[in-house]
Amino acid sequence: MSQRDKIQPHTIIALVEDRPGVLNRIVSKWRQRGFNIESLAVGHSETAGLSRMTFVVDANTDAEQVVKQVDKLVDVVNIRDISTEEIVSREMAMIKVRVDAGNRSHIIEIADLFRASIVDVSSESVILEVTGDEAKVDALFELLSDYTVIELVRTGRVAMLRGSAVSHPRDEDEEPERFQGFEPPYSVK
Amino acid sequence: MAELTGAQMVMESLVREGTEHVFGIPGGANLPLYDAIPQYYPKVRHYLVKHEQCAAHAADAYARVSGKVGVCFATSGPGATNIVTGIANAWMDSVPLVCITGAVISALIGRDGFQEADITGITIPITKHNYLVLDVAEIPKVIREAFHIASTGRPGPVLVDIPRDVFQQKAEFVWPEKVELKGYRPRLYPDPAEVAKAAELIAEAKRPVILSGHGIIISQAYDEIRELAEKANIPVITTLLGISGFPGTHPLYMGMPGMHGMYWNNIAIHESDLLIAAGMRFDDRITGRLKDFAPNAKIIHMEIDPAEIGKNVRPTATLQGDVRNSLRELNKHVQHVERPDWFARIEGLRRDHPSITIRETADVLPQYVIQKLYEVTGGDCYVVTGVGQHQMWAAQFFWYDKPNSFVTSGGLGTMGFEVPAAMGVQAAKPGELVWSVCGDGGFQMTMQELATIAEYEWPIKFAIINNNSLGMVRQWQQLFYSNNIVATPMRNPDFVKLAEAFGVLGLRATCKEEVEPVIRQAMEHDGPVVCDFQVKGDENCYPMVPPGASLGETVDLPTYEDERVEVTA
Repeated sequence: MSQRDKIQPHTIIALVEDRPGVLNRIVSKWRQRGFNIESLAVGHSETAGLSRMTFVVDANTDAEQVVKQVDKLVDVVNIRDISTEEIVSREMAMIKVRVDAGNRSHIIEIADLFRASIVDVSSESVILEVTGDEAKVDALFELLSDYTVIELVRTGRVAMLRGSAVSHPRDEDEEPERFQGFEPPYSVK
Repeated sequence: MAELTGAQMVMESLVREGTEHVFGIPGGANLPLYDAIPQYYPKVRHYLVKHEQCAAHAADAYARVSGKVGVCFATSGPGATNIVTGIANAWMDSVPLVCITGAVISALIGRDGFQEADITGITIPITKHNYLVLDVAEIPKVIREAFHIASTGRPGPVLVDIPRDVFQQKAEFVWPEKVELKGYRPRLYPDPAEVAKAAELIAEAKRPVILSGHGIIISQAYDEIRELAEKANIPVITTLLGISGFPGTHPLYMGMPGMHGMYWNNIAIHESDLLIAAGMRFDDRITGRLKDFAPNAKIIHMEIDPAEIGKNVRPTATLQGDVRNSLRELNKHVQHVERPDWFARIEGLRRDHPSITIRETADVLPQYVIQKLYEVTGGDCYVVTGVGQHQMWAAQFFWYDKPNSFVTSGGLGTMGFEVPAAMGVQAAKPGELVWSVCGDGGFQMTMQELATIAEYEWPIKFAIINNNSLGMVRQWQQLFYSNNIVATPMRNPDFVKLAEAFGVLGLRATCKEEVEPVIRQAMEHDGPVVCDFQVKGDENCYPMVPPGASLGETVDLPTYEDERVEVTA
């Protein structure tokens, strides 16, 4: 996680058409500018046929121009960078930890501290499920590093604006005009 | 309506979109489409080219001068990958293009079938949008959307990939009443507050210039840009693609800026206190070293594409919308201002640095050929160019009064564009004179199309500015690579004999006295003509902003003796 200190991660949310290839089109724009995607979460939105995406993108430079380019994609209904806005963001992680009779209760204690739940128990391992911001997941993982972590899986960030604000207001702009052609409006001498 | 095959649906949709001319090549995967072409003749005419790249370029140039969407057909695999350069060219120059490619049958997609290429994947970064159609009933909707996307907002190419079996399936033809795309609503009218701010900036400006770009031609804002210039009394500089958007002989016209722009323009921009950018995108060939670009200028940016605003420069006022709408609004608020000091300064620059003087010499200078071309035609023709020195000279030494009469590959800089593009222009403007100014390098990239030109009897006149080298690259080798001339001299074929082999008249000028008669003879001939102008081989293109320099460091005209280099074929 040391990269985080150097590069500004941007939280970007998008409402997109639920079609094959949409992700490819968007990611193609990040790739062209060499931005690394730190996390990505996709799922259905409140509207049928539209998906909502949350990207966390490492952008050394200003992400504004790429966001505008992505917004131009026909399949992207709306996209915005909410990095500087008041947001609620969460991710979920599952951590599989090796346990034995001696340390099981310690692990459960740590899980309680983080309001994580134990979602699977076997004689040699437990799976913890934790929800929160990245810092909380990082902190739990850090604590568990005294034990043997077999596997960590994270959903990536999902984010939403605080309050009643709509993340993606529909752009009820004027109807586009057709391309008119090039007939010369003034005479050639 | 009766059931149609997918192929018939494509053709029916093209007819409904007003397509009259299509360029392409048939192959295994798009054979069903070609099977349907005769039923739609003569509403839609198909021109068989000799290489798919040329189908795309011809459709591109056709779109530029006709104002319609250009259409090209290609088959799967190599057919589709061959049009990629043409698509990229249209993408960079904002040209409305619909490319319809055949794909391998649906069952083979993704299985490395014979002549399969993932063309929708390949063209994602160079199309406004693309489609792979797997349901035959969707074809009318897809074609309608494709034309809509290609031609509205900032125009651009759209690719539609249709598998062979989908062309053959049948369904009811349902033409959608309107296009509904949630994620596509180009903004066409500027914010009134920004218009007011822009008008105020113009009123206050002491040293303003207008930078008129391709957007003026695309949105046909010829009258509007002229009104702004005349009303507010501001000199007009056109970008390479903006040439012929403003009358070339107008007293306020100053020519082209940038890497090979007029010296006075580059200095004027450098000294300006207000740049009024209309339908242009501050390309690096125009700005030179960006951080020192127009250091004293505020900027008004009129631009339809939101992603272009703030990309290279930070405007003070932003008029996002169709540039014609923006200019109409702006023109309501501007007033005449006398700017005697500013015009005197520009006059002085023009007098002291006459960038485009042709020096006296017995040699056939390439500039001289372009100048003669202008004198003989009187500017009443379309000029198509490729990319390189000849392109710059055609931009510098010809005055374009006829709106939208200069067709060139700007953003992508595609050598070889000049031959197929001339076909597109001639197909769109059958009665008009088309001169294609070619480089000897570029001409040889696409000269197989002479066969197409002979077949369809397009009376295009080709002027090969033949310096037996890849001139612009050689110029860079001379100036920036210690005169190490590598892989730029060429031993060219006999272009006259070559033309004759294709059934085209070939003419040659080897001395100054022959230039004008050759031009006249070419124009008197009914059919296509290839003119081989054997020009002075080591002539270079000036003024020049060295790469990485600012416009303030423009080199006007060096002394030729200093840089004369022997070029051996």
